[in-house]
Amino acid sequence: MTERANASLEAMDRVVLLKDIEQFLYWEALLLDERRLTEWLDLLAEDIHYWMPIRRNIKFGDWDLEYSDPESEISYFDEGKDILTGRVRQINTGVHWAEEPVSRFEHIISNVLLLEVNGDEARVSSKFFCYQNRLQDEVNLFVGRRYDTLRRDPGTAFKIAKRDIILDQNVLLPKVVNTFF
Amino acid sequence: MANLITARGDRSLRSLIDTEQGTVSRELYVNEDIFEQEQEQIFNRCWLFLGHESQVPNPGDFIVTRMGTEEVLVVRGRKDNQIRAFLNSCAHRGMKVCRYDQGNALVFTCPFHAWTYDCTGALVGAAYQYAPYAYAGDLDREQWGLTPVAQFKNYYGSLWATWDPGAPSFEDYVGPFADGIRYDCEASDGTDAGIEVFTPFQKWRLPTNWKVPAFSSSTDLTHAAMTHRSVNAAAIGPDRGTMSGGDRGKRRAAFPADRYAVGDHNLGHGGNWSDYRQPGVPEYVDTWLEAGVDEYFREAHERKAKKYAGRILPPHGHEGGHFCVFPNFIMDSWRWRWWHPHTVGVVERWSLFGVDKEAPKHVKDAVRHYVMRYNGPTGATESDDMENWNYVFSASQGARARKRNYYFANGLGRGFETDKYPGVVFNGSHTEEAHRARFSRWLAFMEASSWDDLYPVNRAKSHRIW
Repeated sequence: MTERANASLEAMDRVVLLKDIEQFLYWEALLLDERRLTEWLDLLAEDIHYWMPIRRNIKFGDWDLEYSDPESEISYFDEGKDILTGRVRQINTGVHWAEEPVSRFEHIISNVLLLEVNGDEARVSSKFFCYQNRLQDEVNLFVGRRYDTLRRDPGTAFKIAKRDIILDQNVLLPKVVNTFF
Repeated sequence: MANLITARGDRSLRSLIDTEQGTVSRELYVNEDIFEQEQEQIFNRCWLFLGHESQVPNPGDFIVTRMGTEEVLVVRGRKDNQIRAFLNSCAHRGMKVCRYDQGNALVFTCPFHAWTYDCTGALVGAAYQYAPYAYAGDLDREQWGLTPVAQFKNYYGSLWATWDPGAPSFEDYVGPFADGIRYDCEASDGTDAGIEVFTPFQKWRLPTNWKVPAFSSSTDLTHAAMTHRSVNAAAIGPDRGTMSGGDRGKRRAAFPADRYAVGDHNLGHGGNWSDYRQPGVPEYVDTWLEAGVDEYFREAHERKAKKYAGRILPPHGHEGGHFCVFPNFIMDSWRWRWWHPHTVGVVERWSLFGVDKEAPKHVKDAVRHYVMRYNGPTGATESDDMENWNYVFSASQGARARKRNYYFANGLGRGFETDKYPGVVFNGSHTEEAHRARFSRWLAFMEASSWDDLYPVNRAKSHRIW
């Protein structure tokens, strides 16, 4: 259950911060879609935790079972910057057949919501709609929402310190996931 | 082609495999009639993997799993603690009685007409069962329980079932591979049934025929250098070096074993085996970047060394290679992967990953993170396999493409049998002996009208076709 707790900011500060955050998230999406993955890595904090759980079909009320547990279970992504950097290196070899030839991706980011501001960190939720078109007729849709912790950074405006990705799928329908959300 | 294969036992299926040239018609992979026949002849008769007992630890715990195209409910009895498996389809009108992946239940009530089953699959009630204007008590609850599997086996924690009451026991079905399965269910210290699995199942879809991966992966050592060319760049190994760490080669080199591709042409199983030449276990080699993990495995390994001091290791997964249990299950000591057909051109891949039940959290975490980044649709290694398996199918469907047989002749004619494992053909480690064994057994299943034609099989009555 998501709560909002950003009332402490002055109205204008809130607007400016939200605009900065939106621009940062849109910039991030553009880097992914323009295949500038090395530059995308620079937006990630060194201590990032990047997590995308598997989602179960569960009985109403069994909410604890819905998402795979990052402490003990299998997720699609559950890793830090070292592994994410490895994934980018792999794509950039040009012989990572799952993404060679490369895909056409568009990451549409919306519903950016400022949840909480705590010192130089902001908690933000957003929605993603990611369209993949590859080779002649491979089309995949990845739709879901994200919960980010963004940390102020003098160079890149923010660094992503934590990202939880909630993908709306059970059996993963695309054969692989070869982008980031 | 449909007229070739309309009848069970139609010998013309045999004409699709050229045993002289070592080739197989692409019809086996793209023909819808063959696919339909496989469901009846293979998936309705073979022992199939369901899951692991650690997924249903408590009375009333259930998971929904699959046997090929069909959903299966695995549930632990509330009174007797026994695990059972049933077709997930109401005996009344076929609705799925359970549409949850996992949970704990008192009963399973069908959402259509409230036919209600307990955790032993027995029908315990239905709406209006005693109403004089409805069933009036005529409903025979004995007769209308859930459809149970014909045979069920908990083999050292791994759960298996078959729909065929005439199938041989699980141990007979897996034959010389039984010891390897048992070994792969051991903890690192050699404790029997000493593992649990990380939940939930990994599941994803792939547009290809089920045999493309199921008759290839685990056996096909020649694919790795090309298919997985990019993986070492990702540095995903336990030591963040190569894809699987540097340990395995070193370990093998230090411990004398002959490495083979093996195929049991009579039972269909096969893979890559190390045939160890001396008792004991290979020395443990430090592998893990995470603190304290090597210490745990080294200590466990020393206990295992005591257990096996006077025994030769059975051929098994991982250090010794990995193997397929016919028709669709591939086993290593650290990961179990299997393929559920959906249609002739769509398969659903499931995986589970084992870890020592008694391992401390930091060890489980290190193993878990490794298997996640290696395997699955987000795994740095397996994702490249998906690309090949996808387009193998799409480039084999055309009228012209179908006329060109696939090559399976790598090592053909060079295999040999030993007295140690009768029926198992050994061949060079990078040959296609295990592939060929699967086709020998595949043909036997497709032609056989009952298990009488399928078991027992021996040298006098062999299924080996090449």
